Amino acid sequence: MLAKRIIPCLDVKDGRVVKGVNFENLRDAGDPVELAALYDREGADELVFLDISASVEGRQTMVEVVRQTAGEIAIPFTVGGGISKVDDMTRILRAGADKIGINTAAVTNPQLIADGARRFGSQCIVVAVDAKFNGAWGEWEVYTHGGRKASGIRALEWVKQAEKLGAGEILLTSMDADGTKDGFDLPLTAAVADAIRIPVIASGGAGTKDDFVDVFTKGKADAGLAATIFHYKEISIPELKLDLKQKGVEIR
Amino acid sequence: MAIAIVDYGMGNLHSVSKAVERLGGEALVTGDRSEIMGADGIILPGVGAYGDAMEHLRASGLNGVMQDAAAAGKPLLGICLGMQLLFSSSEEHGNHEGLGLLPGRVIRFAEGDYKVPHMGWNRLEFLRKDDPLLAGLEEGHVYFVHSYHVLPETKTDLLAVTDYGQKVTAIVGRGSVYGMQFHPEKSGELGMDLLGRFLSLCGAGVRK
Repeated sequence: MLAKRIIPCLDVKDGRVVKGVNFENLRDAGDPVELAALYDREGADELVFLDISASVEGRQTMVEVVRQTAGEIAIPFTVGGGISKVDDMTRILRAGADKIGINTAAVTNPQLIADGARRFGSQCIVVAVDAKFNGAWGEWEVYTHGGRKASGIRALEWVKQAEKLGAGEILLTSMDADGTKDGFDLPLTAAVADAIRIPVIASGGAGTKDDFVDVFTKGKADAGLAATIFHYKEISIPELKLDLKQKGVEIR
Repeated sequence: MAIAIVDYGMGNLHSVSKAVERLGGEALVTGDRSEIMGADGIILPGVGAYGDAMEHLRASGLNGVMQDAAAAGKPLLGICLGMQLLFSSSEEHGNHEGLGLLPGRVIRFAEGDYKVPHMGWNRLEFLRKDDPLLAGLEEGHVYFVHSYHVLPETKTDLLAVTDYGQKVTAIVGRGSVYGMQFHPEKSGELGMDLLGRFLSLCGAGVRK
């Protein structure tokens, strides 16, 4: 049986981690490579880097970050942000990333999922979905462009299509839960997990250790992702994993 | 200690070579016969399709180098697809002959309750705890990504398995030839421990 995964997410801009990071034992809290190595030592099962650089130079810097990170850590990692072509994927994977995250580009050009999966294998293609509850529909809608644009697409339909096209995993962010620390969006996560067979990484809303227990049981997620609660040590990964183990969740 | 990481145009060798360096070995990414034969040990990595990989190995004559190295008792570790290549044959997209260093075949996971590919952290169960690769290590989770798995013909070649609806071959070994289905370079501390064990076997010379 596969272990449930704990995944810290690092937002990187022009080669630096943004959103505050509060670790005493880092020489430079803004260095993504150093932070990645620390999370590896603490027992993170995987890492996600989200490149939020807006410039070509920033994107180039990310490739170098990926190369250095791959040499420093012994866990798999995903890189997303601004990837819109198979060539972008090639560059990042060659630098040593294990998986590629695509979001807006997959919605505007779903063929990108199929092209990436055919070229690198489904296990390399993570489709990131930002979803928000649409009251009029009574279900969730996909948003693109960093959550700024409603797409008019139903999230449950989109994840099924992504799976069919060859996505290896879905990274599901609840825009309703994100930033609240009130817990993961369990109805959304469970609905998506029931709709598809590929693994679901739940993101948005984690505030306590119990939130992770809930998302792995009631939410049926395969992995739980969070950023600030790990960066600010509100939850330490070793403690979280011990707690999950004691509550009967299969964990590494 | 120099470890040759066989470069035959399949997949990314950066993570494996960095892992070897972190463990104190010298990583030599090469497709050159004399460099490979001159190394203290060999790692055969691999990502991609079985047929393509064998074709690349044959085109560059590296299939013969692997066979000669194994016959000479040089420690050889196949990782992921590299482990599958050690065996007799695979049914991945047709029928393909492998390197034939270990008897057995590679088959696809049956579609069922378990998702294919088998991807993620799964727990190793050691079957031969006394093997120098495993002795003294604790069972734990390692990182797998594969859609095909190995059925070894000889039971004693099987050093460790993992449970994924069935017992899945995870580590094999016979003499100086080893294989790991998972990615030790992506498997945290246990992965690095296992890779470190292989490196020390390379330093210690041929296991009798």
